[in-house]
Amino acid sequence: MELFAHLSLGLDTVFTLGNLGYCFLGVLLGTLIGVLPGLGPVATIAMLLPVTYGLPPLSALIMLAGIYYGAQYGGSTTAILVNLPGESSSVVTCLDGYALARKGRAGAALGIAALASFFAGTVATLIIAVAASPLAEFALKFGPAEYFSLMLLGLIAAVVLAQGDFLKALAMVALGLLLGVVGTDVNSGEERFTFGLPELADGINFVVLSMGLFGIAEIIANLEVQEKREVFTRNIGTLLPNREEFKAASKPALRGTLLGAVLGILPGGGAVLSSFTAYTLEKRLAKDPSRFGQGAIEGVAAPEAANNAGAQTSFIPLLVMGLPSNAVMALMVGAMMIHGIVPGPQVMEERPELFWGLIVSMWIGNFFLVLLNLPLVGLWARLLSVPYRLLYPIILVFCCVGIYSINNSAFDVGLALVFGFLGFLFLKLGCEPAPLLLGFVLGPMMEENLRRAMLLARGDATVFFTRPISAVLLATATLLILLLTSPWAKKTRETAFRE
Amino acid sequence: MTQPTLDSRLERHFMNPLFLPRLKDFLSGLFFCGAGIFTIMAAARHPLGNAMRMGTGSFPLLLGLLLFALGTLVSTRAALKHLRQGHALRDFLPATRFLTLKHLFQRNALKNALLPAALVGLGIVAFAGLLSSLGLALAILALVVISGAAHHEARLVELLVLGVGLSAFGAGVFVWGLGLPLPLLPA
Repeated sequence: MELFAHLSLGLDTVFTLGNLGYCFLGVLLGTLIGVLPGLGPVATIAMLLPVTYGLPPLSALIMLAGIYYGAQYGGSTTAILVNLPGESSSVVTCLDGYALARKGRAGAALGIAALASFFAGTVATLIIAVAASPLAEFALKFGPAEYFSLMLLGLIAAVVLAQGDFLKALAMVALGLLLGVVGTDVNSGEERFTFGLPELADGINFVVLSMGLFGIAEIIANLEVQEKREVFTRNIGTLLPNREEFKAASKPALRGTLLGAVLGILPGGGAVLSSFTAYTLEKRLAKDPSRFGQGAIEGVAAPEAANNAGAQTSFIPLLVMGLPSNAVMALMVGAMMIHGIVPGPQVMEERPELFWGLIVSMWIGNFFLVLLNLPLVGLWARLLSVPYRLLYPIILVFCCVGIYSINNSAFDVGLALVFGFLGFLFLKLGCEPAPLLLGFVLGPMMEENLRRAMLLARGDATVFFTRPISAVLLATATLLILLLTSPWAKKTRETAFRE
Repeated sequence: MTQPTLDSRLERHFMNPLFLPRLKDFLSGLFFCGAGIFTIMAAARHPLGNAMRMGTGSFPLLLGLLLFALGTLVSTRAALKHLRQGHALRDFLPATRFLTLKHLFQRNALKNALLPAALVGLGIVAFAGLLSSLGLALAILALVVISGAAHHEARLVELLVLGVGLSAFGAGVFVWGLGLPLPLLPA
């Protein structure tokens, strides 16, 4: 069996003391930072990225994937114990998780969240391993026209499926694409939008952009709110759920896993969409929907399983096509580029040990997550009781040192501050920053493929409609927009995100 | 009967919970339009090329046009919704003056939002400016004390202790642990 050969290649690569250590360290650091309120996976990964600079590529990727899962799970811990979603994918976990915590079942909620995540992670890893090869073969048929259309579809789908206003999100994508243009053009060597600043000749670093928009902006916004929060640190109770809770949670976890795995593959999908949809589904299926929001264990198990499965399978478009489908994956592209790996279908052929090693490490990362969180949850809880007035200076120090160390550049730190203020403005104007980051990463690739496609077609723009795969992709994108503007879709979308 | 003054009319609008989201949309639309115009102007200085060999200016130009169009759509949509409710459009523009200071920010805008933002910014600028000449330890101390003062419950002694602690931690982890090439002490 080819699959087993691949997985054993992966196991061989990962099972070195060093790589296992980096995986563990990644999960640990990711959880540590991800637990802090107001720091989602994007900010966490951006902040910890400098730690991986000195590592060999595979170790760095393994560690980053570990950081991602850790951050994801840390967010759930915060949601359950403080009722503060660290990131948008744990918003729904707040609803029933916090209610359970108030009933004195915080431990059970955390335990179920960990076990459901582990189960989902295992299934999703297998799905990736099975689906990756055939998909990559298909992706190798793609020319520049197909890639351009695929990216367009990805961006539109990301905007359609995400929360918030469609037009504003689209404008944010356009802004992101533009920021991606800043710097020296690869084809002509011409500098664009650098305003004569030599520091901008290499373009804007994506860590600078994401730390500004997600880290600094968030801190400024939090300082304005001045809320008091109630933390459950003492009465967490036993982490093992009792028999009834376990039984009640098992089927929702399974449904959540499958739903999350499918939704995670979609462009624009990933953890957020998965957890929202899973929660809504469980509420529909429940005999007594009124229990939801009052501490239903199903309301923790399903979204937690779904967001972990979705977080995992959103690696598929990245690894197979080189296309990030959400902001976290956009960061992973940037991280891979730093290590000289251009994500795409060729990675599986040229660097099989890297590809399969990463996939196996996903499962190991999930295993460490359970191992780490069950005993350490008390420590995370205590971390949460650190007041914000001490917490945010610490976060700022990490952000600033991280940004400075990319290029040893004080200019970058200042630029991040500018994006921080810009991000604060966006928050005030109700514009989601995530589509901007996605556009920023895709911008250069999109322009490159557009120009190449036009050159190959001798200036004939109809090439995007006459090549079959490209035509299908564009038709899907159009269909998505039409669906969005139909009154029926508007209604379901509104209810889905309100619940 | 006297006509209600502009200010009292605006006050009434802000009582309506639908007004603020609309005003936010209107303003974001203007922002996108402005960014679009700026981009179009900047892109025009680069060669556009032709359809086969697209110049460096063409992709940004397309994006600039798109941004301008989207911005117009967002603003117009917000304005139309406002009009449809029987309100006068002329309230919209002067409302922006009120909005930035009183309603976009909660409570006292200057004290609660702009001052903390400025302090956080000042701390970061101090860090960036001091690092190469005064070293990591002092730069971290400056960042922690200045930015930390932005919190409404900030205490100086606490921040000094935190700053010294983080300086030591930063030296240990970043410089010795991770081996980042950063100057530690004043040169």
